[in-house]
Amino acid sequence: MTDEAVFQRICTDIENNDVVLFMKGTPVHPMCGFSAAVVQILGHMGVTYKSVDVLMDSEVRDGIKQFSNWPTIPQLYVKGEFIGGCDIVRDMHASGELSEVLKSAGVNAPAA
Amino acid sequence: MPMAATEIEALIKASLPDADVTIEDMRGDGDHYRALVTSRAFKGKTRVQQHQMVYAALKGRVGGALHALALQTGVPADA
Repeated sequence: MTDEAVFQRICTDIENNDVVLFMKGTPVHPMCGFSAAVVQILGHMGVTYKSVDVLMDSEVRDGIKQFSNWPTIPQLYVKGEFIGGCDIVRDMHASGELSEVLKSAGVNAPAA
Repeated sequence: MPMAATEIEALIKASLPDADVTIEDMRGDGDHYRALVTSRAFKGKTRVQQHQMVYAALKGRVGGALHALALQTGVPADA
């Protein structure tokens, strides 16, 4: 599949879902500590999100890194915008910035 | 192939000459580091942009030779 086609699939996911987490594994079975950390934060905040297991899709696993110019997984998107990887999401959560971003994007985060 | 902390620091400073770089080898395996990087070049940049600048300085090694780099960036207080 061409880069263009992979980018289109990625765009479809991030445009059709308020919050998307590209991760290794699933929220129930994260396959890497960094992915698990973001899953825990989103779960703690009560955020509903779509997860994409890049281990099941090598084209998206590589394509997402080109798409965002970001070399690692996990990657969190809110309303189509790349928010960051594990470090940035953790820092934003600790400072309260993440709940602000979600609130201003109109995303429900009941436990934030 | 793991990387030495000195190599990471040298690469970052080659792209960000004024950078102050603190590196901690989190597991002693040369593959999992924590780095704090401050530079005036980060001024006005978002966190994502700041991290992308560090990743660019490391010339594609993050996610490859360097499995994990826990990164924190910032602008020097006097900038």
